[in-house]
Amino acid sequence: MRLNLRQGHRVRVIPMTYEKRFDGRAFDEMRPIEAKAGIIKRAHGSGWFKIGNTEAYAAVYGPREMFPRFMQNPKKGVLRVHYNMMPFSSAGDRVRPGPSRRSKEISHVTQKALLPVVDLGEFSNAVVDVFIELPQTDAGTRCAGICAASIALADAGIPMKDMVCAISAGRVDDKMLVDLNYEEDSHENGVDIPIAMLHNSKKISLIQMDGELSSDDLKKAVEMVKKACDEIFEVQKQALKKKFEIGN
Amino acid sequence: MYEELRNQVISLLSKQARLDGRKPHEYREIKIETGVSKNAEGSAKVKIGDTEVIAGVKLEVMKPYPDTPDNGSMMVNVELCPMSSPEFETGPPDIFAIELARITDRAIRESKTLDTKKLCITPGEKVWMVVIDVCTLNDAGNLYDAIYLAAMAAMKDAVFPAFDGEKLDYKNKTKEKLPLSRVPVSVTVFKYGDHILVDPMNEEEKAFDARLTVGVLENGNLCSLQKGGDTAVVADDIFRMVDLAKQKSQELRKHL
Repeated sequence: MRLNLRQGHRVRVIPMTYEKRFDGRAFDEMRPIEAKAGIIKRAHGSGWFKIGNTEAYAAVYGPREMFPRFMQNPKKGVLRVHYNMMPFSSAGDRVRPGPSRRSKEISHVTQKALLPVVDLGEFSNAVVDVFIELPQTDAGTRCAGICAASIALADAGIPMKDMVCAISAGRVDDKMLVDLNYEEDSHENGVDIPIAMLHNSKKISLIQMDGELSSDDLKKAVEMVKKACDEIFEVQKQALKKKFEIGN
Repeated sequence: MYEELRNQVISLLSKQARLDGRKPHEYREIKIETGVSKNAEGSAKVKIGDTEVIAGVKLEVMKPYPDTPDNGSMMVNVELCPMSSPEFETGPPDIFAIELARITDRAIRESKTLDTKKLCITPGEKVWMVVIDVCTLNDAGNLYDAIYLAAMAAMKDAVFPAFDGEKLDYKNKTKEKLPLSRVPVSVTVFKYGDHILVDPMNEEEKAFDARLTVGVLENGNLCSLQKGGDTAVVADDIFRMVDLAKQKSQELRKHL
């Protein structure tokens, strides 16, 4: 609800309890999800993942020779992740091209989220590059990127033990909810917890949080994510199946 | 290094054929979709065969340049995303990306299609800046024309965000379009030996002798030129390439 209190100032009136989500979803309901595999022809593997208005492309190149050479590992291949928002993708000002502190950190935690499922033991001195690009964003970009990257790695035929699914849970006022959109994410009395989970083992490979939360609520958040990740896994699986269907 | 490939392309061209079975002057299928990124003021995705690029327009309010106090301005930036080719690397734009951006910028700017006077809000203080970013998704050849088409389609799709004189409200889009008066089209022609072709695929792009990008207006006049490639060409070759570009521009303009 928006009220004009003073001339020229628009102030959001914060209800003490979050009755209904801004976009009308149930508290444990994700935004609509779509996924595709193999959409970038030149890449060795690729994935596309859309959740609500957040859209992520991921492409995998490799295993290929690692440059610069000093970063090579003779014992196993290296996983390298590059996360990038397209300059026109954000709801506010243009995002200046090139790496920022934020995108570097997200690249780093995304790499850690994917690393436990890939087996690069056979690829000494090689690198597997994962490029994540976001043409349109509405919160949850690192999770969408991870979901797309997981599809891309599988599509590229990189040996994997499991799929990685990721979604954010959080709190707005007094309600726990899953898959925050931008309006909820930027709510002043809100908490955002992106979590990446391995599908079979239910292990967590990424967790971050900002905001104040009780440990009981954190448990609730993890439970919500578990349920949501099962749904995400199905969509990822279908996308991969569809690409490898005979006739495609 | 690509001598053999070049010979192969030339021997095919002498039989009016191409590596992928097309005729020399034939484009692959072109698809343009607008409104593909909701947060941009305008956006477009262009496919030429398997080549795919996405462009977005952001509108900003800025102080005008001192020498043009009552004109807004525009800028084209090209990001060769490393996801779209094994040959593209991360890091600041290289010379290929810069040339692509400047070729696109020049065709739009020199056609004077964008009325920069109408982008003035308060002379000497506030003007609109049109920033066009083009990101590549898949490079299967001829990024030149794909990037141009995406930039132009995104500009045609763009609407102004609400501006109350103080603050920009990107959430609130008006219905007002950019002040565009004409539709210039940019066509790139490639030369191999005595033959010319349009819309090269990756392999063909490795082995060309010369390249000419031509900006063409509706009335057939030219608004920009850029030659590339390592060999010099005779004037008659330039005229031939311009003629082909003019002919092909009519076909491309139908998609905009």
